Amino acid sequence: MANMTRRRTVELPDHPDFLWVAEQKPKKSYDVIIIGAGGHGLATAYYLAKNHGITNVAVIEKGWLAGGNMGRNTTIIRSNYLWDESAGIYDHSLKLWENLEEEVGYEMFFSQRGVMTLAHSVSDVRSKQRNFYANHVNAVDSVWLTPEEVKEIAPIVNISEDIRYPVMGATFQPRGGIAKHDWVAWGYAKAAADLGVDIIQNCEVTGFDIVNGKVKGVKTTQGDIAANKVGMVAAGHTSVLANMAGFDVPLQSRPLQALVSPLLEQVLDTVIMSGAVHVYVSQAHKGELVMGAGTDSYNSYAQRGGFHVIEHQLAAACELFPIFERAHLLRTWGGIVDIAPDASPIIGLTPVENLYINSGWGTGGFKATPGSGWVMAATIANGEPDALAKPYALDRFISGHLIDEHGAAGVAH
Amino acid sequence: MLHIPCPYCGPRDETEFHYGSEAHVAYPENSANLTDEEWAKFVFIRSNPKGWMAERWVHSAGCRRWFNVWRNTINHEFGPSYKPFTQQPKSPA
Ligand SMILES: Cc1cc2nc3c(=O)[nH]c(=O)nc-3n(C[C@H](O)[C@H](O)[C@H](O)COP(=O)(O)OP(=O)(O)OC[C@H]3O[C@@H](n4cnc5c(N)ncnc54)[C@H](O)[C@@H]3O)c2cc1C
Ligand SMILES: [Zn+2]
Repeated sequence: MANMTRRRTVELPDHPDFLWVAEQKPKKSYDVIIIGAGGHGLATAYYLAKNHGITNVAVIEKGWLAGGNMGRNTTIIRSNYLWDESAGIYDHSLKLWENLEEEVGYEMFFSQRGVMTLAHSVSDVRSKQRNFYANHVNAVDSVWLTPEEVKEIAPIVNISEDIRYPVMGATFQPRGGIAKHDWVAWGYAKAAADLGVDIIQNCEVTGFDIVNGKVKGVKTTQGDIAANKVGMVAAGHTSVLANMAGFDVPLQSRPLQALVSPLLEQVLDTVIMSGAVHVYVSQAHKGELVMGAGTDSYNSYAQRGGFHVIEHQLAAACELFPIFERAHLLRTWGGIVDIAPDASPIIGLTPVENLYINSGWGTGGFKATPGSGWVMAATIANGEPDALAKPYALDRFISGHLIDEHGAAGVAH
Repeated sequence: MLHIPCPYCGPRDETEFHYGSEAHVAYPENSANLTDEEWAKFVFIRSNPKGWMAERWVHSAGCRRWFNVWRNTINHEFGPSYKPFTQQPKSPA
């Protein structure tokens, strides 16, 4: 097959416990506490230190580093959303990705192999073309592909007209791609720790110290810790934390599942998504097919979902990619994603002074890891929303300025 | 797959049902006088508890009726299910 990405043969880094102090205990107080050592929390801490010189920072994690959605996602990176606000934050993020490995000095297998989003009906074609034109207006790279062009880039796609969901066209973002998610977390953790940030694992935040509407610190399973400012970057657990701090957030926590095949010869060197049939797939560097399923329908904190959701996605995948029929299912897993009513994130101030929120990334926040950390760090450092984060304030649900990305985000990413 | 206790039919596979989110969210009575904050609360805010939750399901591929049920969001265990407009059983918590 022409154009096949060569497997990169760099040395794999050792498991990087030594990169930060694994058994770090919390100090009595910090300038800033970040709750949650997922990608977004670690990136926030890194940019607080790097961009704003704030290094007396702790990232507090109830489990282990990147044990939440950061280590469970299907790693798709792109910035071709519909609205201007989305182009702002997601493309800023993509630009940061393009230089990230060099900046933090850590291999992340960031690979701009392109992301293709298939259209399967006349209305699907129309809405994807609208998206494609909107991307052009916002200078986000985007190409419209005919079914034949889809086949040229990805020969394993079935473009025959007589399948249940025929391929009628696709948008393609050449700058999109994938990265190795655990290494992204480790890279940020290492870079943040090098700048003086404490990373504290096995430490659950169980409450807040709030005096006269102002946060003074957090209560944890390792004791009380004082802080001038606190950032909640807790993905699926954001509602639980917000309730501890005395306010509500318009989020629902739902399971989202993914699966992998065993290691296979390279058959796919791009990323293919289909919102209509709930398929998104890429082939990781080692050779496993990585696929995401839809969200389960109900609220949950259990980090698992129903197998029928996996079956549903595999049925569609096998029709679109007949060669997959011979592959085995090696492993499935789930994460808990925080879904906002408009499928866009919630970033900024909260009703509690000096307590900041970064959440609602739902099924699609991995791609935004650098940009999310960047704007969250600026928001915390300045005490007011960063320009790119401003539209994502909690009060948009009162003003009605929703950023509806259901079409572009859908169930997929 | 969940095994959901329909109060009309008994336990059935999850694939026969559709989810209806939090139960007992009533349309505001004084809707003409609501502030934007109050509308936001009614339209967008649903409780998202970690633990027992009263929620709605519709048995779409069965009796086609809506009902309420207690379910634990930590481990997916079901508590009692009950018909609309009947007394809500106490939380199993
Ligand atoms: C199966 C799956 C596939 C996905 N695929 C993609 C994809 O292809 N592309 C994409 O862009 N996005 C994808 N996503 C979404 C993406 O993973 C998330 O949006 C993103 O990881 C969320 O940010 P995070 O990394 O900071 O979250 P997390 O890694 O979940 O970090 C939150 C952390 O907060 C901690 N925490 C919670 N409560 C507390 C507390 N009380 N005290 C201390 N710590 C606490 C948690 O333990 C957790 O480690 C996917 C998600 C899933 C589950
Ligand atoms: Zn029934």
